Amino acid sequence: MSTATVRTGPGSLVVVGASLAGLRAVEAARKTGFAGRITLIGDEPHLPYDRPPLSKELLAPGGPTDPVTLRSRAELVDELGVELLLGAPATGLDPDAGVVHAGGEDVAYDALVVATGAAARGLPGTEGLAGVHVLRTLDDARAVRRALDEGARTVVVGAGFIGSEVASAARKRGSPVTIVEALPAPLVRSVGSDLGAALALLHTRNGTALRCGQAVAALEGTGRVEGVRLADDTVIEADLVVVGIGAVPRTDWLAGSGLPVDDGVVCDEFLRAGAPGVYAAGDVVRWHNPLFDRSMRVEHWSSAAEQGARAARNAVSPADAQPYATVPYFWSDWYGSRVQFAGVATHDGYEIVSGDPAGDHFVALYREGDRLTGVLTLNGQRHVMKYRRLIAQRARFDEAIAFARTSAPTRPASTAS
Amino acid sequence: MRIILDRAKCTGIGICEALAPTVFEVDDNGELVVLSAEVPEDARNEVAEAVEGCPTMALRLRS
Ligand SMILES: Cc1cc2nc3c(=O)[nH]c(=O)nc-3n(C[C@H](O)[C@H](O)[C@H](O)COP(=O)(O)OP(=O)(O)OC[C@H]3O[C@@H](n4cnc5c(N)ncnc54)[C@H](O)[C@@H]3O)c2cc1C
Ligand code: SF4
Repeated sequence: MSTATVRTGPGSLVVVGASLAGLRAVEAARKTGFAGRITLIGDEPHLPYDRPPLSKELLAPGGPTDPVTLRSRAELVDELGVELLLGAPATGLDPDAGVVHAGGEDVAYDALVVATGAAARGLPGTEGLAGVHVLRTLDDARAVRRALDEGARTVVVGAGFIGSEVASAARKRGSPVTIVEALPAPLVRSVGSDLGAALALLHTRNGTALRCGQAVAALEGTGRVEGVRLADDTVIEADLVVVGIGAVPRTDWLAGSGLPVDDGVVCDEFLRAGAPGVYAAGDVVRWHNPLFDRSMRVEHWSSAAEQGARAARNAVSPADAQPYATVPYFWSDWYGSRVQFAGVATHDGYEIVSGDPAGDHFVALYREGDRLTGVLTLNGQRHVMKYRRLIAQRARFDEAIAFARTSAPTRPASTAS
Repeated sequence: MRIILDRAKCTGIGICEALAPTVFEVDDNGELVVLSAEVPEDARNEVAEAVEGCPTMALRLRS
């Protein structure tokens, strides 16, 4: 250091939530040279593992049944010098004292990263009915996999991304599957109704029945599910019901802490949660994204990873804090096709710049006023990151359209490499 | 430094391309093309971020 001033940063970092964001937080803290004590607290008994494969590889016929562990115990404990408190739910936070209550202990912190993620929303009143699952954890994935392997007749409640992946896994086994969606089209909030309907064609083309505009009235069966009764009184027989109707941020344990909570821990652009030394990252955070100048909460892998790292860096060196701005990015795999979305889906209109929404490839660009704000692709892997870059550069919509016209045609006969 | 890509792990998610577009590009088949196997001097940081950012841990660096 060239100046004589020595900044005294925090001496200890506590991270609550031992999954992607939490793991990236402890790694980043060490990478910046933080030498203080680090404690990673998680309520699951498992070492941090990766969630996207839970609805993909782990459900595939003949696929792996063990999760992708993000780091081994030795890497965490010996190399990174992290104290692991697993199987220890945090039950409270006292920001004035700088203490987290977890697993019956009081853990003191100078800096804290809240990374408790989100929990899958269940269907009320179906607890304890065998054969009904959400899909969020390794244990959920193993239970769903077992049922699929037994050839279960499957009903997926909610036509979201995770539910669509479950339907693909059932169809891979040739099992009958129906998706029930309360809204008139799938994915209306994520991609808009037209393009939601376009993606829905993948289901019908692959033999998945889709019932939109249908609420679930009740689940049939005692002890074990036997069917799903819809609002119009039809009953779909089922051995397996997977509920994919979204997730709620896990902020319950922060009750009484005084941290501002509003569908997530409310943070500024530096991921600061409004109490001294407290930051939040991942699915649990609602932060101000400077790139779109709005508050948002996203449940995507790459932002969880990046926010974890950014929150920890800001937490251990607050004097060098940097804002977190991003173009949210998400991918999903359906019936061997890849769906990718970057940005925000706005309602000012969209344009198809490649392919055909009724076919097996398209690229759609979304606008807000005259700005490019989002891109949705189906089997458009070559395109998505180029538009994501334009969105990050705050490109105008007409610039993006011009770019689309000049970029190479979609499926060239040969690719130079 | 050289970039080592484990094709068996890579699923073409493209986060590396987002972070280091001069070095990585996903093609139409979802296959990653490494445009420069040797890490360019001026893209060291981006490549390091891409290696770290890959969700499937498909990228490594070897000196
Ligand atoms: C089945 C599935 C498939 C997905 N597929 C994709 C995909 O294809 N692409 C994509 O971009 N994203 C995908 N995602 C989303 C992505 O996995 C999440 O955005 C990411 O896991 C968020 O990481 P996180 O660390 O913020 O939260 P989480 O992964 O939810 O982790 C939070 C952790 O904190 C723990 N915790 C909660 N409360 C407490 C407490 N009080 N005390 C201690 N510990 C606590 C939880 O048990 C959990 O281990 C998928 C998610 C799921 C569930
Ligand atoms: S980020 Fe990883 S998985 Fe994705 S394209 Fe790059 S190397 Fe492949």
